[in-house]
Amino acid sequence: MASNVVSPASKTSSRGGDSRKHSDDTRLALLFITPAAVGFLVFLIWPLIRGIYLSFTSYNLLTAATWNGLNNYKQMVLDPVFWNALKVTLEYVVINIGVQTIIALVIAVMMQRLTKSLVVRGIILTPYLVSNVVAALVGLWILDTNLGIFNELLKLIGLNPVGFFTDGPWVIPTIALVNVWRYVGYTSLLIFAGLQTIPPDLYEAARTDGASEPQMFVRITLPLLRPILALVLIISIIGSFQVFDTVSVTTQGGPVDSSRVLQYYIYDMAFGRFRFGYASALSVALLIVLMIVTFIQYRLTRAGQTDLA
Amino acid sequence: MKRIGMIKPKFPKFAKPGTTRIKAVLATGVTALLATVLSACSGGAGGTASNVISYWLWDSSQEPGYQQCADLFHKANPGLSVKITQYGWNDYWTKLTAGFIAGTAPDVFTNHLTKYPQFVDLNVLQPLDELPATKGISNDEFQPGLGELWTGQDGHRYGSPKDWDTVGLFYNENLLQKAGVDPSELNNLAWNPQNGGTFEKLIAHLTIDTHGVRGDQKGFDKNHIAVYGFGGLGAGDNMAQTTWSAFAYSNGWTYMNKNPWGNSYNYASPKLQETLKWYFGLAQKGYAPTYNSFSSSFGGFNQLAANKAAIVQDGAWMIATYQTIKGVKWGIAPMPVGPTGHRAGPLGSLADSITKTAKNKDAAAKWVQFMSTAQCQNVIAKAGVVFPARPASTQLSLQTRKAAGIDASSFVDMVQNNETFFLPISSYGADITAIMTPGLQAIYTGQKPVSYLETLNEQVNRLFKLN
Repeated sequence: MASNVVSPASKTSSRGGDSRKHSDDTRLALLFITPAAVGFLVFLIWPLIRGIYLSFTSYNLLTAATWNGLNNYKQMVLDPVFWNALKVTLEYVVINIGVQTIIALVIAVMMQRLTKSLVVRGIILTPYLVSNVVAALVGLWILDTNLGIFNELLKLIGLNPVGFFTDGPWVIPTIALVNVWRYVGYTSLLIFAGLQTIPPDLYEAARTDGASEPQMFVRITLPLLRPILALVLIISIIGSFQVFDTVSVTTQGGPVDSSRVLQYYIYDMAFGRFRFGYASALSVALLIVLMIVTFIQYRLTRAGQTDLA
Repeated sequence: MKRIGMIKPKFPKFAKPGTTRIKAVLATGVTALLATVLSACSGGAGGTASNVISYWLWDSSQEPGYQQCADLFHKANPGLSVKITQYGWNDYWTKLTAGFIAGTAPDVFTNHLTKYPQFVDLNVLQPLDELPATKGISNDEFQPGLGELWTGQDGHRYGSPKDWDTVGLFYNENLLQKAGVDPSELNNLAWNPQNGGTFEKLIAHLTIDTHGVRGDQKGFDKNHIAVYGFGGLGAGDNMAQTTWSAFAYSNGWTYMNKNPWGNSYNYASPKLQETLKWYFGLAQKGYAPTYNSFSSSFGGFNQLAANKAAIVQDGAWMIATYQTIKGVKWGIAPMPVGPTGHRAGPLGSLADSITKTAKNKDAAAKWVQFMSTAQCQNVIAKAGVVFPARPASTQLSLQTRKAAGIDASSFVDMVQNNETFFLPISSYGADITAIMTPGLQAIYTGQKPVSYLETLNEQVNRLFKLN
């Protein structure tokens, strides 16, 4: 198709400088790829290999690592705090991703069907511009048992104040919702972008056939959104499993172990207790969990295919 | 390159100089970049020159005092100067750890009893007895016990004691007055794990529910409290410095088989179990807050200042903070006498340590030695924030506070009457904290019975056997 419209000039260039241009392209490509490749090797592949190696050692960072075989993994299997951390992390992910995805979907659909206002889109994205630590701190103050404005409101309507960050059963849902607040706008924008790819004539056709908004949502929007939604889910679940900063700012894993998520346990093990070998083994466990979860998700959601024929 | 070649025929004059200029510019740029990177690596938190000693501390209220000492030091040693950096408690230890790893740790830093055994194990502290200036520091110069606390298992001195502290009862005079309690009564309190003694009677009387009924009156509602008789209750950690350790020791308990540097902890002891049963039981009776009544940002100090607690247990280092309270009269009383017939309070102490990575260790040692002298410690005494490690300076500090209208003598009395005990100093401090903190929270919140201490103790002592 393209060959019919190429100009004589471009023909000349393609004939005259074919080999040169080809080699030029490779060098240019290498040049462009190098920074990313170096970064990838230095900051990702090498630490990954080294981390896996360290997980088989006893290492305190300041003296040389000593090989101890599978000891760290044996210890991990018997460590109740690790299993609890896995459970707590999972609880966090389910609440965080569940609530976030539903709200984000609703917001995205409303943005597409009701308003095209850039201001609204901007406002919805605003929480994402706030850093995690700031969001956690603000949440901590608003929900403080004694000083928090939210508990004052509860008292006004005659309820007892709730220890959102001090009462065992409350902490994980609270932390999960604080992060929903921060990420929901971003997620909904991603979904919104996905909605834009759905041809409007499908809706027109449906409307002519007398379909209602909810019907169109279930029959058109959701099925055609699946690849985007799957991608958004995969990305946000991986991020969600790695929750750390909000816990570090608000509860430091407490009370007892009720918010000791895996990433916080790893951090404490490494930088608080200087057990970098064991912490590396815990990190490898997290990596494996994430790989399994992502693989299953990818297969279940058929994220690589689209129904848009 | 190609382009330069193309323009060559047109501007032959500039071609060559142009290339060299580009090369020169590139070379300068690369050099500048390298220089920046290198200086960033070598500079960091440490002093930029070896005659500048970098010094870290975490307590901002002590910084002015030590700045004065640094100025005096510079006057005495014109070739040397001290750069003081302050970080808040949490950032402080994170930064220090990162500094040890990256080689950007300060030359000298304020060290804490609970942290230094780990640093000794990690081999990052310089023994002070190996440096000329600090070799002569002797235990006799300080309050009894302080020098010993900072001596490692290997007999080396890892810190030069700068101050000491213990705990006591801080009371809200307004609330005592309303209850018809004379503050002098607080000097004669006793407690026991069975019925709590006169101490429990008093805090019951000081507790008021939301309907104005006192804790020792009929119809008292323990679930809706307006004023707690004993605020600031906490789960504590492996050392329980401002929570239950003072009670447990006056009940005859000890942390471990040998302190400092023991290798078997006593958390399973029946003495501790009965102490904690009583101590956490105060919350169930309504005389003290339950675990989730107050957030961590609203500790004993805030509770007392907000008239939500009549008495709280707190450390001597908090006096300066209490002085900032407006509108509430407050005072200090000693801890109650326990079943042993004595009071007890943990003896804490901060010290100055030199890092192994210090660039000019001899200069660093001079600064550490200077901070241990009466000259500097008297400056700190006059600042009135902490009790300096030297006995004479402690007295001076006491006078400074008296002049400010604060009687802090009960802390000094405890030391003089030999009623203090050492905070636990052993290996695996961070691991023990990681085991004990959530474990004690589980007992405080009622998820586990006090007998859970036996499991925790087993986990703690396993550390010494396995490693």
